[in-house]
Amino acid sequence: MTTMVSTKPTAWEKSSTWANHHRKWLFASPAMIFVGLLIAVPLGWTLYLSITDSEGSVRAESNLVGLSNYAEVLSDFDRFWPAVMRTFIFTGGALAIELVLGMCIALLLWRPFRGEKWVRVAILLPLVATPVAVGMMWRLIFDPNIGFANQVLSWIGIPAQPWLSGQYTALPTLMFVDIWQWTPMVVLMLLAGLTSLSDEPDEAARIDGANSWQRFWFVTLPLLRATVIVTIVLRGIDALKTFDILYATKGKGGGSFHEVETLNIYAFGLSFDYNDYGIASTVLILFFLLIIAIMWALTYRRKANRS
Amino acid sequence: MTTTLPTRPVIQPPRSPASAPRRRKPRAYKIFRVVALTLTVLLFIAPLVWMFIASLKTNVDIYDASKTLFFTPTLDNYDNVLSRNNYFGFIFNSFWVAFMSTIFSLLIGVPAAYAMSRFAMHRSALVVLMARIIPGVSLLVPWYFIFANMRMVGGFGVLILSHMFVALPLIVYIMISYFDSTPLELEEQAQVDGLTHIGAFLRITLPLSVPGLATAGILSFIFSWNNFMFALVLSGANTKTLPVAIFNFVSYASIDWGSLMAAAVVVTVPIMVIALFTQKYIVSGLTAGATKG
Repeated sequence: MTTMVSTKPTAWEKSSTWANHHRKWLFASPAMIFVGLLIAVPLGWTLYLSITDSEGSVRAESNLVGLSNYAEVLSDFDRFWPAVMRTFIFTGGALAIELVLGMCIALLLWRPFRGEKWVRVAILLPLVATPVAVGMMWRLIFDPNIGFANQVLSWIGIPAQPWLSGQYTALPTLMFVDIWQWTPMVVLMLLAGLTSLSDEPDEAARIDGANSWQRFWFVTLPLLRATVIVTIVLRGIDALKTFDILYATKGKGGGSFHEVETLNIYAFGLSFDYNDYGIASTVLILFFLLIIAIMWALTYRRKANRS
Repeated sequence: MTTTLPTRPVIQPPRSPASAPRRRKPRAYKIFRVVALTLTVLLFIAPLVWMFIASLKTNVDIYDASKTLFFTPTLDNYDNVLSRNNYFGFIFNSFWVAFMSTIFSLLIGVPAAYAMSRFAMHRSALVVLMARIIPGVSLLVPWYFIFANMRMVGGFGVLILSHMFVALPLIVYIMISYFDSTPLELEEQAQVDGLTHIGAFLRITLPLSVPGLATAGILSFIFSWNNFMFALVLSGANTKTLPVAIFNFVSYASIDWGSLMAAAVVVTVPIMVIALFTQKYIVSGLTAGATKG
């Protein structure tokens, strides 16, 4: 900064000096302004809508109703609480299986082998596939009449299942689809963690006579702790917010019995099918708080464990 | 490791001292591994292959269980999708929105990530990353009415802006971890040689960050290409993106499975081709932060 100043700085030099001086905010502000205008303002508006009885059109007359929307939503055992339940079942179930399956596959891929490259490409493909297309693909495979899934079942003598069209089978089927698409993500995360580990603790345990399972459970897994938590947080956020495959396979309201209606689907329906903005905003604010609470609990535990 | 392992008193010598120090895996394990890997690949690839096969069948063949694998392939479905349903238009829309939102997000996201990395702006970084946590639906109602007032709903502008909501946090997240690992010494050296701070960023750090930029850009493009919800609400008849077009395919009475699968192939194949050639970058981007505490 000090070398540039000549006796009479030109306008360019002056503005260059100014820019270099303020580069921190000069660089950061466009993104911050974008976030402010497109995220903070709309989020504030949603917060405001949640205490009004806005309906039909946002520009229509609406009254402040205080917290009565919250009371209404929190006492709604018909749609809201079942949606909360489904969100948890979907996220928890899919995430747990993805972690176990992902860990198994990551361990299989850990040590180098011939053809490794092709296996990695194969597991990358579901990950990048467009979720709506993935939903349609499984819709055909799980079709009760012409789908491949029931064809396979008939070969081994199991009666045909309704899969996506059944009231009680739709959610587990969609969890399966989520697992198919996102286990590769877990594999890649865990594999990155595994590759970064040093061989020494594992080798030491081997010399001490620990078997494979003991070495995994007492040595590798504790060392992978941070990676596992990051994976849970990132995958968990996305799983909670799953929308595409649910909406693409079951449409509005999560099917005729609302069998796959999670919080996200419920809020979307309230917003754009019923135009019930007050209630929709309330559900969304509660959903948002729920996500933050879960994230906070996960990262807080991590910090507590570290110290 | 201070874990309670059932330790054996005698240290066993390696079985074959001539070979590597690592103990040889038993043959059974090798066979198990090959079988497990094959099953894994099959599990992830078979559905995609099935989608592709179905896209080459007539609807009569799709309904015929005896023609599961043996049938006369036809390109009628692709013809139907591409020429009669105007999918070239949707392909262009998807491409344009993904491309522009990626470019704009890189333009504002990369300098921001640089400042956040170099000045340790943790709180600002957290604000941008909040966008990753917020449910998109909670922004859609306000967006819809703000942009409807500006007569922008249905245009490309609003789609590009909304997809930047997905792209920007991703780019900032990836680039912060990239800049964190770029040595500061080179920049300081450049400043000794007479470059300004901004000059050092533009001429030294940025060229060195090309792999990181590629990672961030490719991932941002993929996520935007795949995005469904924002375009579902904010796109118009002329700006519909591919996922929305595919979704609209089934809202009619009976499903034309062959054409639907052809449409699904049309939307997924470009992204898979990109993934095949840029695998390394995609993996490094997706796993950014995986090994940090």
